[in-house]
Amino acid sequence: MIFPGSGILKGLAVTARNFAGSYVEKDRLTTEQYPEERPKLPEAARSFPFLVYDGDNPETGMRCVSCKICEKECPPQCIYIIQDRDEAGKAIKRPKVFDIDISVCMSCQICVEVCPFESIRMDQDYELSSFDRFGSLILDKPKLLKSNSYYHSIHPTEAAETDGRIEADRLKKEAAAAAKAAKAAAPSVVSASSSSSQQEGKP
Amino acid sequence: MISSLESAPIDVLHWFLGLLGSFGVPAWILAIISALIIIGTIIGVFLSLFALTSVMERKILARVQNRYGPNRAGPFGLFQPIADGIKMITKEDLVPRTADWIVHFLAPVVMMVPALLVLAIIPYGRDMVPAELDAGILYFFAVGAGTEVAVFMAGWGSNNKYSVLGAMRAIAQMISYELPLVISAIVTAMISGSLSPSAIVSAQGGFAFGFVPQWFALTPWGFTAGLIFYICALAESNRSPFDLPEGESELVAGHLTEYSGFKYATFFMAEYVGMFAICGMFVTLFLGGWQAPLPFLDIIPSWCWFLGKVCFVAFTMIWVRATLPRLRIDHLLAFAWKFLLPMSFAAFLSAACWHYAGRGPLAWILSLAIVGIPYLLLGNAFTNRFSVSRRTYLFSE
Repeated sequence: MIFPGSGILKGLAVTARNFAGSYVEKDRLTTEQYPEERPKLPEAARSFPFLVYDGDNPETGMRCVSCKICEKECPPQCIYIIQDRDEAGKAIKRPKVFDIDISVCMSCQICVEVCPFESIRMDQDYELSSFDRFGSLILDKPKLLKSNSYYHSIHPTEAAETDGRIEADRLKKEAAAAAKAAKAAAPSVVSASSSSSQQEGKP
Repeated sequence: MISSLESAPIDVLHWFLGLLGSFGVPAWILAIISALIIIGTIIGVFLSLFALTSVMERKILARVQNRYGPNRAGPFGLFQPIADGIKMITKEDLVPRTADWIVHFLAPVVMMVPALLVLAIIPYGRDMVPAELDAGILYFFAVGAGTEVAVFMAGWGSNNKYSVLGAMRAIAQMISYELPLVISAIVTAMISGSLSPSAIVSAQGGFAFGFVPQWFALTPWGFTAGLIFYICALAESNRSPFDLPEGESELVAGHLTEYSGFKYATFFMAEYVGMFAICGMFVTLFLGGWQAPLPFLDIIPSWCWFLGKVCFVAFTMIWVRATLPRLRIDHLLAFAWKFLLPMSFAAFLSAACWHYAGRGPLAWILSLAIVGIPYLLLGNAFTNRFSVSRRTYLFSE
């Protein structure tokens, strides 16, 4: 024999506790009031790619050499690159146009993985909506270029790794250059033997 | 000061009429103006209560679920009803091509009319009854039954299977619940010896031992009848857990499926005004109407007490909505016919015993037994009937 209706009373007590509790315990209310409060994004969060530059000047510090690997690898083909040329018409290692259509981009990060120059990285900016359908959704070079310190602020661990790798590469290159210089200073027997071996290698 | 605040609404009305009279306005025009002012005030108060409730309900439900609820439009989201109203009015008013458009158009109007008409006989305060009817309770239930017609008009006129199903459910539910509703209301009329709401309120006046209010809800039979009335009021105003007619999980929106724009808003409004009317009736019949709960609280005007009690009952309805899931239609009807109806008869008997046993300690024991024993027996039978047993598999396991 139970007391009929006790279940309803228990239920009412639960809802009343939640109702009153939401005014007393602030951590019951987990909703983030979005425009006023912003979430702290996890480090691995990513939205769309951007281009990293070193130093203070975006043009001179640009890491991108316009190798177009990302353009070729991009699955939805949202990257568009034109290589810059000097007055004589000779190609320069620098993009003249670098556009990313973020209405097409699927945030797959493949461009980041294939880039040999640590130049393209994923951004965390998510407030990109606009009333303009075409213009503001195609990010051009000035919009894409962001400093290395910004990169450090959004992905600290990854940026530190990248910097370490760049530094290691630079040291290796310096060492190689030093070795080459040392080699050039040494007698030319080595170079002669190497050229002969190349000739022998030919069928 | 106290007496002036108590009768402030009436004094303002009389002052205004006297002012008009001094300009030589004939008496019969004054009578019409007085009636129009009273009607306007009541409709204004209840529609603003509706607006307030529509946002407070959402906020309360949100708080129960540990959310904030609407808080964007204005301070604390209080302008939300304005935003909702603009949205509702600017929406397209769709009428299905195959609908019976006259019935379809009239249904919201017919729904609104009884909801407003029943407000006429509720005593809002001391000497504040818009229409002093001797058979006020009879009028209330007779007119209030008009909403059933409106719901069926809406369902039938829409020419949509979900609408008709919803309307049929609504009719079945409302007629089933009308019975215990009326019987539990009759109990109070029986004890106070009058069908007039103001007489019932004054029968609940005074204080036992100087501080316990003599409201009907504080007696065994009155508590039972009040609870039955409350449950039936939930069902009559189509509120959760009895909101099957518009059960959106199975019937799109029941009889409201084919309504949009302002017609939908009218239905919504009528439902809420009807809810307030029935809350007002509940307060009048069982919670002592406009009477203060303690003697020294008389300094607060009676109409404030009435409003406060109505808002409290409306709050409990929202609380119940936040707690209980929707019933199944056969459970719903079985509950009305097999539980509420016998219980309302028990309350009826109990009230009779209370009266003839002299309303003393003996009356308490007798009436408590008469409602308590059937409650335990019926309740247990009902709980066993619908309780979930452990499922046994015949072939697996």
